[in-house]
Amino acid sequence: MNNSLLVVILASGVAYGTPLLYAALGELLAERSGVLNLGVEGMMLGGAVMGFWTVQRVHANTGVALTAAIVVAALMGAALASIHAFLVITLRASQIVSGLALTIFAGAVGLSSYLGNDLNLADSPAAHTFNAVFPKSMQNWPIVGPIIFGQNVLVYVSWLCVVLVSLYLSRTRPGLNVRAVGESPAAADTMGISVTRYRYAHTLVGGAFAGVAGATITLAITPQWVNGITGGAGWIAIALVIFAFWRPELCLVGAYFFGSLQALAPQLQARNIHLGPTVLWTNALPYVMTIVVLVIVSSGTAKSRLGAPEALGVAYVREER
Amino acid sequence: MRVTFERRLSQPWWLSVVVPVGAVILAFVIAGILFLATGIDPLSTYRELFNAAFFQTGSLSQTLITATPLAFTGLAAAAAFRMKLYNIGAEGQMYMGAIFGSAAGLYLGSHVSSSAFAIAGMIVAGIAGGAAWALISGVLKAFFSTSEILTSLLLNYVAGLILTYLIFESESYWRQTKGFNATVFPTGKQLPKVAQWPTWTINLQGGIVVPFGAIVAVIVAVILWLLYSRTRFGFGAQVLGDSERAARYSGVRVRRKILAVMGLSGAIAGIGGASQVGDFAHALDGDPNGLQKLGYGYTGIVVAALARYNPFATLLVAFLLGGLQNAGNTLQGPNFPAGLVGVLQGIILFCALGCELLVRYRVRIHRKAAAKGTAAPAPAPKAAS
Repeated sequence: MNNSLLVVILASGVAYGTPLLYAALGELLAERSGVLNLGVEGMMLGGAVMGFWTVQRVHANTGVALTAAIVVAALMGAALASIHAFLVITLRASQIVSGLALTIFAGAVGLSSYLGNDLNLADSPAAHTFNAVFPKSMQNWPIVGPIIFGQNVLVYVSWLCVVLVSLYLSRTRPGLNVRAVGESPAAADTMGISVTRYRYAHTLVGGAFAGVAGATITLAITPQWVNGITGGAGWIAIALVIFAFWRPELCLVGAYFFGSLQALAPQLQARNIHLGPTVLWTNALPYVMTIVVLVIVSSGTAKSRLGAPEALGVAYVREER
Repeated sequence: MRVTFERRLSQPWWLSVVVPVGAVILAFVIAGILFLATGIDPLSTYRELFNAAFFQTGSLSQTLITATPLAFTGLAAAAAFRMKLYNIGAEGQMYMGAIFGSAAGLYLGSHVSSSAFAIAGMIVAGIAGGAAWALISGVLKAFFSTSEILTSLLLNYVAGLILTYLIFESESYWRQTKGFNATVFPTGKQLPKVAQWPTWTINLQGGIVVPFGAIVAVIVAVILWLLYSRTRFGFGAQVLGDSERAARYSGVRVRRKILAVMGLSGAIAGIGGASQVGDFAHALDGDPNGLQKLGYGYTGIVVAALARYNPFATLLVAFLLGGLQNAGNTLQGPNFPAGLVGVLQGIILFCALGCELLVRYRVRIHRKAAAKGTAAPAPAPKAAS
C-alpha cells in the first residue's frame, strides 16, 4: 500500500513542499509588514549555496554541521534581504524592481553561481544530509508512515514554524503591530510603532526563512549543488502567499499541493507512466497549475484582494502621509 | 546628525544623466571593494574586463553578439515597465520568438528564393510568437487582474521546457534528424542560406561585424520612442502607468491598453528570439545549457532599469552591459568564475535604484539641533551592503 502512487506522491509532496513552505512563510512575514520582496528566488539560491558550502567545509558530526548549515543559510538569506530592505525602506526605491534586482544579483547567473564556481561545490554529493528521524518500523505504518513519519527534521520544524507564525500574528503584541504597519503605516506610526524598524525586522526574518528554504533543497531533497537548483520555487512561493490569502496555515496546504505537483514528474518517470507527449506536460505542470490557481484566486470573489495588506508595496514616507 | 530627504519640486534635467553615471561609478567602487575582500585585484580585473569587452581586436564584434539580444529584451522591458506593467517574461517570449522565427526561416528558406522575403517572414513570425506568449499574461492581467509579474515569470519556465522538448525529446520540425551529428547529440535543423541574416563589416579594429539584428534593434528603438513620445497611444499608456484611475476617467480603455502594451513588449522580445536564430545560431538552440543559460531576458530588465526606460538609453546600456557579459564569457576560467559579471550587473542595478532617490529627493543633512542644511546632490548616505 505504501508503494502506491498516491501515497508516494503525497509523501514526496510533503518533502518537496517544505522549501515552498519556508519561503512562503518568510515572504508572508515581509508582506504582512508591507514589504513585497520578489527576491525570494535569489535569496533561496543564496541560502542553498551557502548551506551546502557549510556542510562540505565544517568538519564536525552530522548534527553540528547541519545546524551550522541552516544558521549560515539563514544569515545569507537575511544578508541578501537587507539589501532589499535598505533600498526600499530607507531609499524608497520601487519594491518590484528592487526585488527583481535581488533575484538577478543573487540568482542563477549571479552571486550563487559565482560562489558555487569559486568554492568548487558542483559535482560532489553533500557530506551530511537531513534524513528521516523516526525508526524504520514507524515509517512502514500504512499510509501515515511514509507521509508523516518518513520525513526529516526540517519538515517537523516547518510545522512548528507555521504554528508559531500563526500565533505570532494573531496573539502577540508585536504580531498585531506588524499587521498594523502593513495595513496602515500612518496609523501605526501615530500609535508610536516604528514603521521602519518593523519593516526592516520582518524583511530580514523573511530573508532568513528563504535562505533556510534554499538549504532544504540542497541538504534534504536533492543533496548536491547545481546552478539554479531552485528552478522557480521562489516564484511559486510568492504565488503561494497570494493563494493562502496571507494566512500561514493555508500556506501549509498550498505548499503540499504544489510540492505534490513537483513530485509528480519524477515519480511518473520512475514508473514509466507517460501523461501526454513525453515529460513536457508533467514537467510544466507545477508552473501551469500555479498560474491556473492564481487566476482563480485573483478573479471572482477575490476582486477586493482578500487578505492582502493594504499598504503592500508602498513606501512609507512620514512627511508625505 | 540627521539625514532627511525632501521631495524636489522640479527635477533639473542634468540630474537624470549625472545620477545614473554616478551610480555606475559607485557600483564599480563597491564591487571593487568586494573583489579586494575576496582577494581579486580590482584594477587589473577591470582592465581585463574592459579590454575583452571593447578594446581588444575583435572584441567589439563579440560584444555586438551579446548586445543585440540585450537590446531587444531591454527594449521589451522598457516598453512594459514604463507603464508599470512588469513583464518579466522577455526570456520566455524570446524563446517563443526563436521557435516561431526558426519555423518560418526553415519553411521560407526552402520555399522562396528571395532573402528579404524570408527574413521579413522570420521577423513577423518572431513578433507573432513573442506577442502571443506575452498576451497570455496580458489577457490574465486585463480580464482576471492576475499579477503579470508571476504569470510572465512562470511562463518563462514553460517556454524553456517547450524549447528543450522540441529539440531533445521529440522528432519535431525544428530538429535535425539526418546526418551523423544528429545521432550523437540532438541539434536544431540548419537554416537554409537564404534565411540567414546578413552582416556588415566596419573597417575598424580589424573588422567589426555588425549583425542585421543590431540594426533592427535600432529601428525598433526609434519606433518605440516615436510611439511613446509622439502618439496618443503612448500618451494614454503613460497616463495609465501613472494613475489607472486618471486614465479610466480620461477615457483610456484600460484593458485594451494592457493587451496592446503586453503584446508590444512580447513582440520586441520575439524579434530578439528570431534574431538569435537568424543572426547567430542559424538553428533552434534547445540545449538547456545553451540559450537558456544566458539569461538575456533577465539581464534585459537590468538594461531597461539602468536606462530609466528610455529607448535610446536602452540601446547604449545594452551595448555596455553586452560588453561586460561578453568579457565575462571570454575571460571565464579559474581566475574569473562564471557569475562574476552577474554580480557586477546586480550591484550596478542596486546602485542605480538607490541613487534614483537623488533624482526625486534632495538630501538634507542636519547637524545637531540647528537645522542648517546643505542642499546638495550629496552621495548616498550609506552604501548598499
